[in-house]
Amino acid sequence: MDLDALGACLTTPACVVTQTTSGLIVGMLLFLVAAGVTLIFGVLKIVNFAHGTFYMLGGYVAFSALGATDSYALAVLSGALAMVLFGVLFERALISRVYGSNVLMQLLICYAVVLIFDDLVKIIWGPEFHAMGMPPAFQVAPFFIAGGVVPPFYAVLIGIAALIAIVLGLGLSMTRLGKTIRAAAINPQMVSALGVNTTLLFAVVFAVGAGLAGLAGALAAPVRSLSPGMGFSVLIESFIVTVIGGMGSIAGALVSALMIGMVRGFGTIGFPQFTDGLIYIMMIFVLLLRPQGLFGHRS
Amino acid sequence: MKGHSTLRDVAIAAIVLIVVLAIPLLHRSPAFEDFVIRLSAMALFATSLNLLVGNTGMVSFGHGMFYGLGAYAFGLTMQMTPLSLPVAAVLAVLVTTLGALLVGAICVRLSTDYFAFITLAVQMLFYSVIISWQSLTGGDQGLRGGIPRREIFGFELASQLHLYQFCAVVSVLGLLALRHISASPFGQTLRMIRDNENRASFLGIVLWQARLWAFTIAGAFAGLGGVLAALFVSGAYPEFADWPNSGQAIFAVMLGGLNSFLGPVLGAMILLALNDVVTRVTEYHGLVLGMVILAFALGLRRGVLDFLKLAWPGRSP
Repeated sequence: MDLDALGACLTTPACVVTQTTSGLIVGMLLFLVAAGVTLIFGVLKIVNFAHGTFYMLGGYVAFSALGATDSYALAVLSGALAMVLFGVLFERALISRVYGSNVLMQLLICYAVVLIFDDLVKIIWGPEFHAMGMPPAFQVAPFFIAGGVVPPFYAVLIGIAALIAIVLGLGLSMTRLGKTIRAAAINPQMVSALGVNTTLLFAVVFAVGAGLAGLAGALAAPVRSLSPGMGFSVLIESFIVTVIGGMGSIAGALVSALMIGMVRGFGTIGFPQFTDGLIYIMMIFVLLLRPQGLFGHRS
Repeated sequence: MKGHSTLRDVAIAAIVLIVVLAIPLLHRSPAFEDFVIRLSAMALFATSLNLLVGNTGMVSFGHGMFYGLGAYAFGLTMQMTPLSLPVAAVLAVLVTTLGALLVGAICVRLSTDYFAFITLAVQMLFYSVIISWQSLTGGDQGLRGGIPRREIFGFELASQLHLYQFCAVVSVLGLLALRHISASPFGQTLRMIRDNENRASFLGIVLWQARLWAFTIAGAFAGLGGVLAALFVSGAYPEFADWPNSGQAIFAVMLGGLNSFLGPVLGAMILLALNDVVTRVTEYHGLVLGMVILAFALGLRRGVLDFLKLAWPGRSP
């Protein structure tokens, strides 16, 4: 515990800017993953414990695509699209068999997939860490806000993630597909009775969720290293985000992902050993005081 | 669960115990003895979890906390005090019981999904405390320096044979106690809560009290499993209280069958054996284990013993 350091940081604009930037990047990437978890739970009522695997595979596919095409844009795109495809296959082949069965059966199947793909990644890409490296266009001096360091690439990442948050929010509230998805979350039988192909709809929702996780993995690859099993910690954090924000709520996921990002950003200064602990305490308090989550509705 | 008799259970337990104790007298195999020692810890861990999952319908994602708490409480007591081994073990189980009572008091009022999440969160908080309280727990290195295996009643637990015998006896007695609890009127009450909590409530059962009792008892036996694990590795590691370990117990329950008392024991056996066999053959044991789990989950759609029960009704293992 070093609360003096935290106090000193909070009163220095430079430190506040630097830590806020790192908090934002953690938070926004986490949001992309958690948005998928919460969307899939909201509509399919499936707790997707394999979501971290999508994140990991997205990163690795981007890594290979970069080697093949030498273009970061294509790399990120292929990471996301590969996961859209993978998500559909996963939903059709495995998850659709356990709709309505208990959460432990879902957990068992997802865990099996996590184990299998962690090892497949080891076989294909090797057990060692890979670094993708920043795009050359961004290998420039960082700019400064109030004396705080902001690498340009970070700013772009945060911008992309924010843009996706907006598109996702507007898409769900304004478009026909978004409205159908929200209706299916409330009453899938009725939506089905009204002539919507819910099987297709479920697959689409799963594909969107998986694609978001793949995108997050691909976007994060240049700033974090790739390793088999990297999906694990992301999975558990995106769960915390989902629970705190409210299962099924996109806005909740955004707010709580940013909260957790900030705790991470500033926690590394004040209590580096116990940032995880603090996040779990937050989760416990939310569950006790408002079990449905900050933005959730009581079912 | 019909036609249950305590006498029959005791007889079965005695026979199993005699067989297990007799094996090393006929043939010594260090690998087999290791397996039984590890199984004894994991069987208690998984079966105690099933008192919650299968019996009461409470899915806890944080059962590893009590396994870890038992291991650390035992290890620290043995290292810091001159107490004898059985006293330290009893003390460790008491500490775990108290811990489970406290955690349960916070958690049991939440309904199913939220209960699963809050138990996970409390466990991970405990894990973070272990990691960050380095001066006491050794942090992520685990509790080092070994646990003194002081001899008890001429038992030299430093010898593998004696450790094997000790673990087998403790584990079988522990399982017998759990069996007794699960078959008692209290166990029946828990199953009624699982099947229809409204009806149970109408009959005058205070739901949260019964759930809290179940949670506390389950925690205590997980702690006992943790004590055995600590003896085996001669230390305690944060991984005991990490969520993959809780996951292991859940998989043991699911693989063996959550509606059969011995299901979790069988599940633990399958998991441990798979781990041992597969790691010997290939370094990619996750790949093989994952495929086996998938085959079980999609093929049988329930645990092995539950599946057998359905296939041959009328016989209840």
